[in-house]
Amino acid sequence: MNYRLNHLRELESESIFILREVAAQFDNPVLLFSGGKDSILVSYLAKKAFYPARMPFPLLHIDTGHNFTETIDYRDRWVKDIGARLLIGSVQEAIDRGLVTEEKGYNASRNFLQTAVLLEALEKGKFDAAIGGARRDEEKARAKERFFSHRDEFGQWDPKNQRPELWNLFNGRKHFGEHFRVFPISNWTELDVWQYLAQEHVPLPGLYFAHRRKVFFRDGILMADSEFIPKRPEEKVAEMTVRCRTIGDVTCTGVWESIAATIEDIIEEVAASRKTERGGRTDDKRSETAMEDRKKDGYF
Amino acid sequence: MKNLSSELLRFTTAGSVDDGKSTLIGRLLYDSKSIFEDQYEAVKSASERRGEEGVNLALLTDGLRAEREQGITIDVAYRYFATPKRKFIIADTPGHTQYTRNMVTGASTANVALVLVDARQGVVEQTRRHAIIASLLQIPHLVVCINKMDLVDYSQEKYEEIRAEFEQFASKLDVHDITFIPISALNGDNVVDRSQNTGWYEGATLLYYLEHVHIGSDHNFIYARFPVQYVIRPYNDEFHDYRGYAGRVAGGVLKKGDKVMLLPSGFSSTIEKIDTADGEIEEAFPPLAVTILLKDDLDLSRGDMIVRENNHPTVSQDIELMICWFHERPMQLHGKYEIRHTTQSVRCIVQDIQYKMDVNTLHRNQEDKMLKMNDIARISIRTTKPLFVDAYRKNRTTGSVILIDEGTNETVAAGMVI
Ligand SMILES: Nc1nc2c(ncn2[C@@H]2O[C@H](COP(=O)(O)OP(=O)(O)OP(=O)(O)O)[C@@H](O)[C@H]2O)c(=O)[nH]1
Ligand SMILES: [Mg+2]
Repeated sequence: MNYRLNHLRELESESIFILREVAAQFDNPVLLFSGGKDSILVSYLAKKAFYPARMPFPLLHIDTGHNFTETIDYRDRWVKDIGARLLIGSVQEAIDRGLVTEEKGYNASRNFLQTAVLLEALEKGKFDAAIGGARRDEEKARAKERFFSHRDEFGQWDPKNQRPELWNLFNGRKHFGEHFRVFPISNWTELDVWQYLAQEHVPLPGLYFAHRRKVFFRDGILMADSEFIPKRPEEKVAEMTVRCRTIGDVTCTGVWESIAATIEDIIEEVAASRKTERGGRTDDKRSETAMEDRKKDGYF
Repeated sequence: MKNLSSELLRFTTAGSVDDGKSTLIGRLLYDSKSIFEDQYEAVKSASERRGEEGVNLALLTDGLRAEREQGITIDVAYRYFATPKRKFIIADTPGHTQYTRNMVTGASTANVALVLVDARQGVVEQTRRHAIIASLLQIPHLVVCINKMDLVDYSQEKYEEIRAEFEQFASKLDVHDITFIPISALNGDNVVDRSQNTGWYEGATLLYYLEHVHIGSDHNFIYARFPVQYVIRPYNDEFHDYRGYAGRVAGGVLKKGDKVMLLPSGFSSTIEKIDTADGEIEEAFPPLAVTILLKDDLDLSRGDMIVRENNHPTVSQDIELMICWFHERPMQLHGKYEIRHTTQSVRCIVQDIQYKMDVNTLHRNQEDKMLKMNDIARISIRTTKPLFVDAYRKNRTTGSVILIDEGTNETVAAGMVI
């Protein structure tokens, strides 16, 4: 008998272990759900981890209001499918209330406003652990993050002074008002995620598959045409066959020319790709340490 | 589908500051074509902005602002790559003494440690400290990469000298498999491609070694250990009386129908079912996460352990540990700490500091009772409730603990049960 797990089973069991650890160590966790493949994966694993009981925490979507319409349809169906409870933190509402101010100009994005809305939602809901779908292979600041990542009372990350994290012993102790971010799929790569979602036949948003869409080029990145993105006069819209490699807010998610129509095609494409999935994210391009700087402030 | 059943190898870097660990990882990723174009472009333009000659491959892992400013690694970076043979998880750790705790973090789950030595400097104190830590952590394979060979004219003599020096030190450690490779992380000699400059070296390149080293298993498949992590009670009509003990198998193979013993109660029962979200399975082994249902209606909770009747861990409140101390504030003799072991968390008091280890001579210092940051020592503790422990060398999961300062909530030590 060969008692060896293939790497997808090994990753699955690690993630399930961590999700259960969150439920055991925290009073009031919440799972941050963006509608992208990584948060779909985390919520899918959470369903598995507590089967046949319901997952003992709700999902929280920080909604910029600038979504691909498909995202919201998918979200509502998925939440029903996995029997989860959904909470929504609205950026639009936060703008109306004056908590945050809308950016101006062609590159305006509500992506950055999400942090304040997220921190407020965590505080209001008295959540002491926010489970996220970040992976270490996505970005160089994320490559440094622990599974259990401590946040001070202002929601800030201190990357120079993280707690040691040894073996599978997780320290979720905190002072009043502090919280943790927990990343159960830290060790998954983009390819692992796709291979696993294919193996498990998880239904996915149509945006990930090649489809015809009106698009335009900005700073070398192909963007979806949307009422939420003001176009410069020289930016010409054309219809192309594209797909998303990550799904976020419309204003910062690039699309890729692709003919990958099935999940098997996507796996082929990802395996052969010479660019990272975040290569199409305009939010990472603002500076060399853009992600770290956002994370320090409490971003996802 | 590609790579669906590939093996996973976890390895870590170790060695003193500036010995070239991050550069080596960058080189390994680059030469094995595991770097994406946009990552390479970003590192190239960052190197240019910094006025460096050539592309600084260490920037692939040194991703934090402070690391880039200071040109050192502060915290572990995890990187992933795959070849047709294996999948790899790399932990690139800092060499700086101040951040030894982060090195231990990266090394605690590794199957292989790459210990870098600067060919000009030879074995230094931090090399020894890291080698000791690797041996305490029972990392099965050490690869000593004698780096910067380009700066010593690829001298075989130099290589042999360092090799002898390291072997002499390691003979006093509990490590069994050591391999030496002369490399230049900067130029790529013997990393992925065989070097033209080291004709005298007949061994493998680093990548070849990593692809072929035998990884038996980290896990113990003999002694059944199942720490209860979480109790699943659905409270709905369909699963009305369901009471499942969720957890991850920490040792042995558990089968449906097995007679088991429960700790701490000592009661016996039988495994009625091993459940997963994908349906029932016949047997479970490490590191599977499953849910166990028992025949008898017993009340287990988090921290309890399911074991086999004829073989159980040591149940004790008095435990001997080798520890590595992490915190600026010294360990207090008779100090009280929270201790975490599997899914248990109790309090403990430090009864005795038996000896401190001198990392240069391996001398056991029994007089000095003050444990400072990065010290390695053998201590005795007493816990408020019994723990169910195995020796770390028998089982890495049931033999490891962490200590937490209850005032600051910091993790202050890693401990291995003797
Ligand atoms: N000549 C030469 N220089 C090297 C070689 N490997 C690394 N270096 C240089 O040594 C310096 C330190 O390299 P790093 O890779 O940052 O060292 P490190 O071991 O990761 O350092 P810490 O993580 O801070 O402990 C850099 O300037 C590298 O360019 C080599 O093989 N030859
Ligand atoms: Mg380094």
